[in-house]
Formats: sequence, structure tokens, C-alpha cells
Amino acid sequence: MTNGWIDIKNTDMMLIMGGNPAENHPCGFKWAIEAKRTRNAKMIVVDPRFTRTAATSDLFCQIRAGADIAFLGGVVRYAIENNRIAKDYLINYTNAAFIVKEGFQLPEDGLYSGFDAGTQTYDKSTWNYEEGGDKSGEAATAAPARGHTGGATAANANAASTGGSAASQGQQPGSGSGPGLTGQGYTGMGAGGAKAMEPTKSAPTLPGKVAYDLTLQHPRCVFQLLKQQYSRYTPEMVERITGVPKDQFLKAADTFTSVRKDGDMKKVGTIMYAVGWTQHSFGTQIIRTAAILQLMLGNIGRAGGGVNALRGHSNIQGATDMGGVFDIWPGYLKAPNPTDTDLATYLKRVTPTTSKPEHWDSFNYWSNTPKFTVSFLKALYGDAATKENDWAFNYMPKVDRNYSWTQIWDAMYRGNVKGMFAFGMNGVAIGPDSQKNIDALKKAEFLVVGEIYPDETSEFWKSPGVTPDEMKTINTTVYRLPCAGFAEKDGSMTNSARWLQWKNVAVPPPGDCRLDQDIVAQIFLKVRDLYQSEGGKFPDPILKLTWAYTNTLHPALGDLAKELNGKALADLTDPKTQITIKRGQQLPGFAWLKDDGTTSCGNWIYSGCWTEAGNQMIRRGTEDPAGQGIYQNWAWSWPANRRVLYNRASCDPSGKPWDPTRKQVWWNESAQLWQGNDIPDFKPDSNPKDHMGPFIMNPEGVGRIFGPLAAFADGPFPEHYEPIESPVQNPLHPNQSNNPVVKKFKTAADKYATPGDGFNIICTTYRMVEHYHYWTKNNPMNVQLVPEAFVEIPVELAQELGIKGNDKVKVTSARSFYIAKAFVTKRIRPMTIDGKKVYQIGIPIHQGYRGIQEDADRNARTIANRLSPTVTDPNAYTPEFKGFLVKLEKA
Amino acid sequence: MSQSTLAIRRISAHAGAAPGENVERDELVCKLIDTTTCIGCKACEVACLEWNGYTFTETVFDNSYQTMPETTWNYWNLIKFNEHEREDGSITLLMRKDQCMHCADPGCLAACPADGAIVQYTNGIVDFQQQNCIGCGYCVSGCPFDIPKFNPTTKKMFKCTLCVDRVSEGLEPACIKSCPTGCLHFGTKDDMKDLAETRAKQLRENYGIEKAGVYDPAGVNGTGVIYVLHDITNPEAYGGLPKNPHVPWVVRIWKGPAKWIGNLAMLGGLLGVTLHYLRYGPKEIDAEKHEGEKP
Repeated sequence: MTNGWIDIKNTDMMLIMGGNPAENHPCGFKWAIEAKRTRNAKMIVVDPRFTRTAATSDLFCQIRAGADIAFLGGVVRYAIENNRIAKDYLINYTNAAFIVKEGFQLPEDGLYSGFDAGTQTYDKSTWNYEEGGDKSGEAATAAPARGHTGGATAANANAASTGGSAASQGQQPGSGSGPGLTGQGYTGMGAGGAKAMEPTKSAPTLPGKVAYDLTLQHPRCVFQLLKQQYSRYTPEMVERITGVPKDQFLKAADTFTSVRKDGDMKKVGTIMYAVGWTQHSFGTQIIRTAAILQLMLGNIGRAGGGVNALRGHSNIQGATDMGGVFDIWPGYLKAPNPTDTDLATYLKRVTPTTSKPEHWDSFNYWSNTPKFTVSFLKALYGDAATKENDWAFNYMPKVDRNYSWTQIWDAMYRGNVKGMFAFGMNGVAIGPDSQKNIDALKKAEFLVVGEIYPDETSEFWKSPGVTPDEMKTINTTVYRLPCAGFAEKDGSMTNSARWLQWKNVAVPPPGDCRLDQDIVAQIFLKVRDLYQSEGGKFPDPILKLTWAYTNTLHPALGDLAKELNGKALADLTDPKTQITIKRGQQLPGFAWLKDDGTTSCGNWIYSGCWTEAGNQMIRRGTEDPAGQGIYQNWAWSWPANRRVLYNRASCDPSGKPWDPTRKQVWWNESAQLWQGNDIPDFKPDSNPKDHMGPFIMNPEGVGRIFGPLAAFADGPFPEHYEPIESPVQNPLHPNQSNNPVVKKFKTAADKYATPGDGFNIICTTYRMVEHYHYWTKNNPMNVQLVPEAFVEIPVELAQELGIKGNDKVKVTSARSFYIAKAFVTKRIRPMTIDGKKVYQIGIPIHQGYRGIQEDADRNARTIANRLSPTVTDPNAYTPEFKGFLVKLEKA
Repeated sequence: MSQSTLAIRRISAHAGAAPGENVERDELVCKLIDTTTCIGCKACEVACLEWNGYTFTETVFDNSYQTMPETTWNYWNLIKFNEHEREDGSITLLMRKDQCMHCADPGCLAACPADGAIVQYTNGIVDFQQQNCIGCGYCVSGCPFDIPKFNPTTKKMFKCTLCVDRVSEGLEPACIKSCPTGCLHFGTKDDMKDLAETRAKQLRENYGIEKAGVYDPAGVNGTGVIYVLHDITNPEAYGGLPKNPHVPWVVRIWKGPAKWIGNLAMLGGLLGVTLHYLRYGPKEIDAEKHEGEKP
């Protein structure tokens, strides 16, 4: 979340789309209700089903799964056409006025400039700003950026050799890894520089001085391109693609953009989303469209505004923050690749340089990347990390290809991954294509599962369909390690609002159960012993790893938290304030980090969580003097305990709050400082006259309406593409229906359906409030509330197929089938998509072949994700769990 | 609130005044359920089970999110889910937490023939005292909301107690405590009524929900559980909430006029017997006749 759960209470307008917070985040949803109760806030819900969130909304639109970009693009167009724009914000805080290079082309035929059909990648050199100064007088003479008329441009020799696209993980809210995860990085943190895989030398960079036109008239300025891009997203086109009737769409667009009626800046709107947006083969771009809309409306950085990723697990935010994905290190530092032969090369590639109009200022906070990196390496290797050995940079693995979730399973299916440690997740049930994952595990040599229940993954060898004879042929050794549950561990969890909240142990783990960190520590120590005694090809990365925990066999999470926070490795003095930190002391925050080896820090964004003053995450202060739900003394929020990100943008360019009744931060002229109820997310002494941009993590200093260069694999603006399995051809460009850079998997298990094969019902998967993923089917209380697997089917479709409520039905996809009871409902209605009648059905994901009901044989023992396809978003690599094709019949 | 809230106002089938009645002035307690902010999460269902010590019951999916068709003797709190077509043809999902309404004029108590099996405390809570219950089920016929349920094992009747054990210790009922959105409120009847009316007004004036209103039916003299409904004219749409609930006439007549007629008839009979005795004296046995009857 750019903002936080409690902050939702400050809003005047909510758009909830791609998420179902009433059911999946019921405790956080109280703040949405609070906004309705205390501010008369309006709530718009857009979803394929009328959910329990929709039941509390003021306006509901039933959308086709996977048509979100078309809907949001239509709202962008509506806002432009009706002048519902925050003009000063748009000009000063976004790149709307920046001029894009000549040669850039919009995807009128479905392709941006630079596409290479052979590698299915883009040469992004034209996706860049033009170098220069003020171009406001040149509007009349410049050539517009028309769309293609021909096919793709010539192959990009530079990109051709790359093995799979690398990540821009964490560059935008919503980048994430693995199913069920929505990532939320530090918006726009990327350098806009080269992607991990692309050869360093030829990678284009952003110009230092960007050409601009503050009148927004230049035909190649970002705003004009935006206008042109979404001019095609008319209400009629929105209806054709999304199935939302034109009048309903217009009502939703009018309601949401009404916060900026006549340009008045007082009101604020928020957008909330979850995995209903991320789990598409264009998921990142849906979130981008939301970010563009919010930038246009001036809603980011403001109390009650923002683009808010609602996380589906208690600590998913923490997992991404800690680098729980293959292509980032903790704190969203980019993982090095094989071209990074030394630290300097790596740092040159990943440290952005400012790119802005000459007379503006940009903090470009990522210019501190070397400090974060060296401090991270010092945390890992301590005294073994020296200036001479590049701070042990070469001990770190270099990411040579895509190792995302589906790639790991695919590699195991192909026999290339020999074993797996599965902790805190149920990989078979998560899918996609659960049967492929089961078949992959059959080929593995070993599987280690750390869980609190026996789950589908650890019992893959007795999944439905495995005969006793086949069982004998499965040679995978399965180690089942009983782990501790959440109430049996201490430590912090990072919630959607970026709060690190420390919890204490409630009860000790039962029986032989052990703490996850103990298991991992003890395996590590054994491996280290083996390297010690037997040597190996490259033992140093293991042997020299610091392990300075009080109890090496049972590392206390407090010790780890201190390591993440970082400490001084020499006496440090701040030249401005003369404040000194002694060697060995905990650092107060990341501003103290150095690139000369005098500081260590395991995760720079968590620096400040455990200072000399102690554990900040355990704080439970309930003071909220401003009444905005900031709660500065409750737990600790990254970065630097800020609660609303980019809060400089809550003020006008002169430093005065847009809405005096919701003052977050402001410029204090007499003190020459930024002050506030929240901690300013800004350079504290930057005078507004210097025009420093509020989006300090972008090298431009401003919000990116146009995502330049390698920020995104599939285009600088979002474009509507059809899901990989879709009942229609893309009405915008039938010849380029799907996301052009999305690659299908190619094993025998990977089958993809078309309506021509008889698969013409759209299926979407979801979670219910009564269950928590695949766990609570082991808990009687939850099982009682929703005892059986079901499929939600529109009344009209049920009638056509002669299906009655509670009948047993079979859902079949190109991959496999699913059997459950029919839930015939009026809450999903038939839709008309591009003139064609289309039905959608929905399947909760919670059942499987291991649980109370399953063990008692009261369930068909199929897993919902047997149906879903292995295909992913090209930026965050999240699988497309929403919107694939199936057949339906009575079982 | 303290233990004094356990002072009793009314007792079923009890002769004479209830002990404690009118001893002190007590506020009526009230639960407010705002159906317009209920998300149907069932936290209240689970909290109710856990507080009252009930465990797993086997349930069966029945084409609904609803846990079971009706409340049971050991499942006192149930969200009723109803797919509802609005006048403009759009669909909505109405969710209403169903439980004992704690009527000011409780039909169950009126119908109950067992002395002390049902009591109404001075704070308005209507509570079953299972040790006095004879399991006759008359309370069912007295209840306009179909709430009391029979436990076939113990042959006793059960229903929501409004967590009288918590309330008497100054705590809110378990369902209120668990509600994540704050659609449930607990306080005095006056405060809850005020809050409910304010919310209904907000819905009418700021959200264009013209028929929003407060359900506090006069037929049972008001209830200790009140609802804010989107459409006060159609409570039936919320899973069978009666529009004009009242204690059935049978119960009223039976425990009212019929009771007195019965009493009068009984008294009349006794009077007749007495008068007959006074007038004719004791019945004398006709020895001769008896003798004559002998064979």
C-alpha cells in the first residue's frame, strides 16, 4: 500500500477492483466502512462476481475477468475528456510534460515500437525521453507518435541473446512473486536503466536533461500520448471488451472522477486491489493503469488516496521486502547477473542517475544504492567483506535466468531440479496446473516439507489418480518436518500498510515441532561443516557467512532483526549535526549507511526497526494527535516510520496542503524545513522553490505516467490484451490479441484452450472469508462454515445445462478437471462480450485432497488449480489464475 | 453493568411478583445490527460457538454461503444470506445476523408453562433457565421469530442468551466483540435506537437509500436486538424477518383471558362443589340399595 489500512478512513471515494476486501481482508475493511460512516464516502466495486464487498458498495459493475485495463483505460479517457484532472499536480509531480523520443509508437495494432517477433521481446530504445529543454513553442511543428502501420520492427540484436526476461521486481506496486502474492515494492524504484539480462554496454539510459512542454501541447509529450493512447477506449469499446453496459460504466467513471470535479483538489479517492489484478498475463499493467489514473487525479501521496495493494497473507509484504523472489535482494536491490563481473560494474548498472527538466530538482534516492549494497554485503560477510575483495560481491550468486515460481516447477518437470524445500506454502495446491506440479515432484529426488499439517504437497505421491502400482515407481524421498504455527513463534510480520509489528510467542510448539529458523539454521551449520571437512568448488560463500547469533543452533529472531536494522562498524559522526554513533551501536536509520564498509545493514528499508532505543516494532502507542490514523508510535513502518508514501504530494508546489482539513506534511518557511503529522517522505530541507519532485525514488523525481525504457517488459503505457485463454479476439486489435511478450510453456503438460475446442466459459478462482488458503480445511470450525467444494454458476447457464443447485458438476479445462457441487446463483450474470453471449463461473480454491472432509471422503478431492494454466505476467511472473477457459457439465 | 443486571423483571408461569422487580432502575440493553455494513464474515457465528462452548457440527452445502438453514439448539447465531433482486432489476446480497431478538414482550416467556424456565432480567435480556425447563416446546409457539430450539438429548430448550454472563460482568456479547466492520453495536436501548436512526437517516439522505429504516417491532413492544435495514418496508427479504411480529393470539388468549376463564371455571367448579356440599351435605351411601344389588 502507498497508504495504509487505517488511512482508508480518510477517503471520500473508493474504487475496489481486483480485490474482495470484505471477504479476504475483513479486519482491514472496517476502515472502508468507517469512511462511509463518517465521511459519506462512496464505494464502487468492479468484479466478475457480486461479492460480499459488493453487498456494501454504492455502485457495482460486473466485469469480465481480465478486462480491467479496458475499464480503467476508459476511466482515464473519461477524466481527460471531462477535465477531471489535477492540473498542477499533473504538470509538476508527474512526467506528463516530458517529451518522448521520436520514433516511439503507440500500440494501435497491439505492438509498441521495437517489437521483435522472433524473441517476443521489445527493443526499448525508443521508449525514452527526448534530451533537451523547454519545447513549449514547438508543438505545431513536431510529428506525432502514430501507431504502427506495418509489422514489428527488426530484431533487436542486443536482446536476442537474452534467456528470458528479467524482473523489474518491485518497480511498481503489485510486482510480486508466486501465486497468492501481490507484490508492492517501492513505486518507481527502478533506474529505468537496463534490465538484468541485457548486456550492460549497449543498454540505453535516460537523458540527464529531459525535454519538456509545461503547456502539455507538444504532440510527443507524455500527456498527449496518454490522451491518444486511451482515445480508443471509448465507452462503447469499454462495453464491448468488459461487458459492463455503457451507462453503468459512465456512471462509475463519473462517480470516481467526481473527486476532481472542476479541478478542485480537496477531495481524495483511493484504489484498492489484490490478486484479482496481479494474477493475469498483464497484471502489472493493470496496476500501472490505476497508478496513471491516480496520478492524473492527484490522489497519490494524500491521506485517503493512493494505490493500495491488499496483501493476502499476514507477512507477504515482509516476504517481498526481504527479497523472497529470485531477482531482488532485501530492500528491492536488484540481484546481480553474470554481466556484473565486479561490484563497480554492478553498481553502475543498477544505480540510477537523475533524469529531469534542467531547472527542476530530483532527490533520486536510489543514487544511494552503493551504500545499501555495501552495507548489505557487510551484514552477510562481516570482516570477510573487504574493499580488496569488492566487499565479497563475488560470493553472491548471479542470476543467469528466470527462476520464478512457474519456472522452478517447469524445470523440475523437465527433470532439471532435483529437490525442493517447501516451507510455509503448499506448492501443489497453489499451482498453477497442480497436476504438472505433482508430476514434477514425482521426478524429484527429494522433497522437504516444513508444515503444521500434512498437506497436498507432502502427500503428492498419493494424490487422486495415483494407483498403488504407480506409487511404487515414485522414488522421491519426502521429509516431513513438523513446524511451528504462527502463534508459536515470535518475530515481526509486515502488513499491507508496511508496518513491522512484533509479536510474542503465545504457546510453545507442540510435540516434536520446531521453529522454522532452527531447522534452517541447523541445516546450514551441517552444510558448513561438510564444506569445512570436505572442501568444495567454492566454499568461501558458505564458510565466511557471518553467523553471529547468541545461540547458533537456535538464532533468536531478535538477533536477526538487529542484523537487518544494521549497526556501526566504526565510530560515525554526522558532519551536519555532529551526532556520533559508536562502533557496534545500532543505527537509527538508513540515512547513516555508508559505502566504505563502516556500516552493516541486512535490509536498508528496515533500518530503524531495532535501534539503540530498542525494538521499535513492539511499540503499541495509541496516540494520534492529528486524528488521521497515523499512529506514529504504533509498531514501525518502513521507510523511516512514514505512514503515507510520497506525502510531499499532499501539498501544492508551494508546500501548502491541498486540503487544509487533512494536513499531513507542510513546508515551514521560518524553519526552512518540511514538517508534519506524518514523517515527510522527502528531503527535509528542500525549499519548494527548488522544485524537487515528490516521487523521490524515481530518477525523474516525478510520477511515471509513461514508464520509460526497461521499467516494463510489455510497454510504457498499459494496453488491453486478452487473457491467454479468452472467448473473444481482442476487439482493439484482433491480430494481436494477447500480450505479445508473454511466452507459453512448452512441456506436454502445458495445454492451452481456445473457444474453438469447446472451452467457452470463463472461469475465475477466488478465496472466501470462511477459509484461509489450504490450511483451515483442517480446522473443524472453518469446515463447519463452508464444508464442501462448490462452483458458482449463473442461473441462466445452469438452466441451459439442466443443472440444479447442489448437483454434482464437472469443470474441465485444457489441463484437467474439477468436481464439486453446483452453487446456482443470481450473483453472476450472463455477459455480452463483443456481441457474444459469455458466461463466467467461479471456484473457491480452498479444498484439496487432504483435510477433515477430504479424509472422510466427503469431497471429490480435486484441487481448483488443476484447472489453471501455466502462464505468467512478464514483469512480476505471477500466474494467470483469473480468467481462463473451461467446459461445464453435470457430473 | 454489574451483577445487579441479573435482577429479574418477569418469570414464566410464576405466581406473585418477580423478586427484585422495581428495586432499582435499570437501563435496557440492546444490540444494534446494521445490515448495510454487514459483510457476512460469520465471525459472530464462531465467536458465539466458542464463548458458549459449542463445537463442530457437521453441515452440508446447500446452494448458499449460509452455514445451515436455521439456528439450532447449539448454534444460536446464524447469518442468513438472501440473493435479492431490487426493483431496478439489479442484484444484491442481503445478509442478516439471525438470533434471539430479546423481545420486550417475550412470547416464549408468555407461552412457557414451567415456573422459572424463562426469565426476563430488568436489563431486558430474555434467558432460558434449563434446570427449570420441562421441554414442552410451548415457547416455540410463542416466539414470532422461530428462535427456541429443542435439544433432543437433554430434552431442554436453548437459544441466545445475549451473553448474559458477559453482560452482567460489564462485557459486550461475544458476537459484538468479534465483529470486524463494526456493523454490530451494543449499549443501552436509547443509545442504540439513536445510533440506528442516525445511520438510517444517513443512508436516506447521503446514499439515496430512501426506504432505509430501523426494525424495532412494536408488536412485541420493541426488541432488545434492533436492525438497520436498507428497506424497512420489506423485512421478509432478509431471510424471513416478520413485518409485524406479535405474540400469537393463541398464546395471548391462553395465557390471558383463557387463563382467567379457566381459573374462573376452576373456581366455579370448586364453588359448585362447595355449595353442593353445603346444600346437600356429604353423599350418603344407600345401604339398602347396595344390599339389594347383591346377588
